[in-house]
Amino acid sequence: MSAYILRRILYAIPILIGVNLLTFTLFFVVNSPDDMARAHLGTKYVTPAMIQAWKREHGYDKPLLYNSSAPGLGRVTDTIFFTQSVDMFAFRFGRSDDGRDIGRDIRARMGPSLEIQLPVFVIGLATNITFALLTVFFRATYLDLAGTVLSVALMSISGLFYIIAGQYLFAIVLRLVPISGYAGGVESFKFVALPVAIGVVAGVGSGTRWYRTLFLEESGKDYVRTARAKGLSEAQVLFRHVLRNGMIPILTGAVVVIPTLFMGSLIMESFFGIPGLGSYTIDAIQSQDFGIVRAMVFLGSVLYIVGLLLTDLSYTLFDPRVRF
Amino acid sequence: MTQLGFWIALIATVVFAGCARTPWNDPYPASDRAANILYTAFQERPKHLDPAVSYSSNEVILTGQIYEPPLQYSYLARPYRLEPLTAERVPRPHYLDRQGRPLPSDAPDAQVAYSVYYIHIKPGIRYQPHPAFARDAAGHFLYQHLTPAQLARIHRLSDFPETGTKELTAADYVYEIKRLASPTLDSPILGLMSQHIVGLAQYAKRLAAAYARAPHAFLDLRRYPLTGAKTIDRYTYRIELYGKYPQFKYWLAMPFFAPVPWAVDHFYAQPGMANRNLTLDWFPVGTGPYMLTVNDPNRRMVLVRNPNFHWETYPIQGAPGDAKAGLLKDAGRRLPFVDKVVFSLEKEQIPYWNKFLQGYYDASGIGPDNFDQAIRVGANGEAGLTPAMRKRGIRLQKSVQTSIMYMGFNMLDPVVGGYSQRARDLRQAISIAINYEAYIAIFLNGRGIPAQGPIPPGIFGHVSGPQGIDPYVYDWADGRAQRKPIAEARRLLAEAGYPGGRDAKTGKPLLLYLDTVATGPSDAARLDWLRAQFRKLDIQLVVRATDYNRFQDKMRKGHDQIFEWGWNADYPDPENFLFLLYGPNREVGKNGENAANYENPEYDRLFEAMRDMDDTPARQAIIDRMVRIAQRDAPWVWGFYPVQYTLYHSWYHNAKLNLMANNTLKYLRIDPRARERARDRWNRPRIWPLGVLAGLLVAGILPVAVSYRRKERRVARPSEREGQA
Repeated sequence: MSAYILRRILYAIPILIGVNLLTFTLFFVVNSPDDMARAHLGTKYVTPAMIQAWKREHGYDKPLLYNSSAPGLGRVTDTIFFTQSVDMFAFRFGRSDDGRDIGRDIRARMGPSLEIQLPVFVIGLATNITFALLTVFFRATYLDLAGTVLSVALMSISGLFYIIAGQYLFAIVLRLVPISGYAGGVESFKFVALPVAIGVVAGVGSGTRWYRTLFLEESGKDYVRTARAKGLSEAQVLFRHVLRNGMIPILTGAVVVIPTLFMGSLIMESFFGIPGLGSYTIDAIQSQDFGIVRAMVFLGSVLYIVGLLLTDLSYTLFDPRVRF
Repeated sequence: MTQLGFWIALIATVVFAGCARTPWNDPYPASDRAANILYTAFQERPKHLDPAVSYSSNEVILTGQIYEPPLQYSYLARPYRLEPLTAERVPRPHYLDRQGRPLPSDAPDAQVAYSVYYIHIKPGIRYQPHPAFARDAAGHFLYQHLTPAQLARIHRLSDFPETGTKELTAADYVYEIKRLASPTLDSPILGLMSQHIVGLAQYAKRLAAAYARAPHAFLDLRRYPLTGAKTIDRYTYRIELYGKYPQFKYWLAMPFFAPVPWAVDHFYAQPGMANRNLTLDWFPVGTGPYMLTVNDPNRRMVLVRNPNFHWETYPIQGAPGDAKAGLLKDAGRRLPFVDKVVFSLEKEQIPYWNKFLQGYYDASGIGPDNFDQAIRVGANGEAGLTPAMRKRGIRLQKSVQTSIMYMGFNMLDPVVGGYSQRARDLRQAISIAINYEAYIAIFLNGRGIPAQGPIPPGIFGHVSGPQGIDPYVYDWADGRAQRKPIAEARRLLAEAGYPGGRDAKTGKPLLLYLDTVATGPSDAARLDWLRAQFRKLDIQLVVRATDYNRFQDKMRKGHDQIFEWGWNADYPDPENFLFLLYGPNREVGKNGENAANYENPEYDRLFEAMRDMDDTPARQAIIDRMVRIAQRDAPWVWGFYPVQYTLYHSWYHNAKLNLMANNTLKYLRIDPRARERARDRWNRPRIWPLGVLAGLLVAGILPVAVSYRRKERRVARPSEREGQA
């Protein structure tokens, strides 16, 4: 197992370099260091000398990828790409264009993102699986049909609609929760309750449909017939046998997203005023802050790789045939 | 507790809470109810709070309350007028010739080589409590030489157990002027001020060289004298400028010229502070009425009353009508009135607007989506509040902004540019065709005034009425400016060589290009409308929508043809608008703010004569001539002056829009009791729908449960064939 994990970690290095290079290229295709300086310095009274000074101060006065005027290895290392990338592999994200420590900001914003994403994930997963098992239980009945219609209807509605309708109904008409905002500690409950509920409801349709498909496939297998033949109740068959054997595809979809829960939700955080990493990324893209953008993409890539690794490892818990 | 007991307790809690008067949707802590706190919001987090750097409106709303430059704008007086803040009086320049000999105040511009301002500040003004000033019993600084062990315990500013203060001195102002040239700060006004403050350009180079030699060392600016800014005594400093620059006094009312003591600069420059996000850029230190105690730009920023704030009182005189509007009720009372100001991050308009209606924000603008809910336009065209707003006691204030939004022609362009009569006719024809009255009605809900020239109302030089209209675009009829008929535009177009929108020589249709950053879906209708305006003259308008970076690049290189642009006043002087058409200030080649690259020698000569004059009839006469020249040449389609609508709740007092001042929070007063009563009245939770929802859920679950039990109890029966067998 250790050798397998080490091998996967080593595989991750070229992937991360590639992701970093791709992010770098895409960002600088759209923005030049001059554009970044202008965005930072504003539109009034900006002189070429000020732009040069800003670039020098922030390390953007070097060539992008190849420095033909530098000697030896400096041709590669004395470039924006190298100087801006190498520290990230040690998880030193540097400073944003407005001078703040990115690592510290990320740590501060992870908490609020998790407060939304973790409950949405856990409650959503439990709800989706339960609904899916119920529709399988009632398969080929009117209840199954009603569940399918409801799921398709829920899937068809835009996520933004859930947010606006949820805010309108629960915060404005019923006045049960604040429409937006955030507070730490126990106070956070009243701020995250609505976004969590919306996150769960918005995912129920697609989740139920997906898990229903998995469970239907499982429920047609021989071992299920055997279990029924043994005289087990349908609930026991579904929740004990079908669910357990359906865990591999569930894990494939679920475990991989666990690490990325830290990354937050872009729209939800913006509408509810949650100071998480989703809104951090959006703000950085809008303000052309390359330091934050590359840090977030890098972090997202690392977390995704970790998620895939965890998924593979989790298979061993549910399927004794899988061994590394 | 039994399961039944738990549910009874839960239901009782919900019912009790429902009956309680405290709103459930209150986003603020219960302990702050009825506190003397002003609640407002910010949409975009401020990037900089360092006075040498911050310039954006969302930054100066904070720095303006914390830092005190020597001058400020009178809160109530109109037209806008400067008055002393920390200075004893508004300084007047002393003129010197090239040899440094004094000149009389009416000396000709050509003789004036230098202007010198002596600024005397009031003694006894003290800074807010801050650890940078903390000293031990022996008078030594406590936190100016932090060790790694000390820093290990520090994560935020409040982790420093001791704070101190110091008296404001002239040296602090001089230090800040030097900071404008710091190589690590990128002050946005360094370029501009280098043209005016003696020696500042060379000073910046000197500092850059010193920084390059020791990039990690503290750059103690006290060791680097600056010719143009010197301390005379403890309370007096002098600023020396090249030539005449009468507009400099307005800069003395901006945070760029606020004081920063070296001790603060040194405190934040210590190793390890920046890694903790403890910088002057995030935790400003000033003498103003408020100090920043919470800086979480991801969520909220909190200003709290500065306990060391000096004596300042509410103005005892106002503009005509202010007394009637209740703006002088607090005359002579000590400032500030509000104990705390909470700025919450509110990125989306919907939550902001609804929180305002719920009483959780004290004031609000009006977004396009909410306009019909808030404003009703009467039969006479006058905008007023809807009955729903009036019922809540909300008040509306309207103010013409000191801004202009215009459409410019690149004067270097071979088709629309140039100074021939033919080119003028083309531009004038387009100016007539684009109906900004309709634009304002359709896209701005009436919140704008069609512009007649570059100077907006409220700025000296603006002329209203028949004398102020652009005679090339408007006629004065029936007591108002009326746009010339489209036939006149067609005639001008024909004279320009494009009869019926076709080039008279080649017969090809006239194709013009608009460069714009309006790329969003909401801009589509506006751009369609613009195309329709050009179609009135049978001109085809091609919209070249692009991102802001590319747009700026085109403008700098002169690759644009027609563009949309705007300008917001830095200070209330016509020079700040007329310089937008000053030739040496053109964008192409000079990197200036003259985006149209307009260059008229007569206009430029008049500008040079006008810019250094006081606001006299002679200055007005020159401005009138300049505006007439610009109207004839038509480098801009003048566009409109935006009108700002702001809503206030009934408990919000002393609100008067001051578009120049940024330190206005100290004048505001709120009635927290009235606000608490209104919030309670407007936000009683409705819990009965929850019962309905629960009922529906039960109604939905019940048949499922019944079916489940029925299915579970169903007995497998043999089929008839099996039975027979």
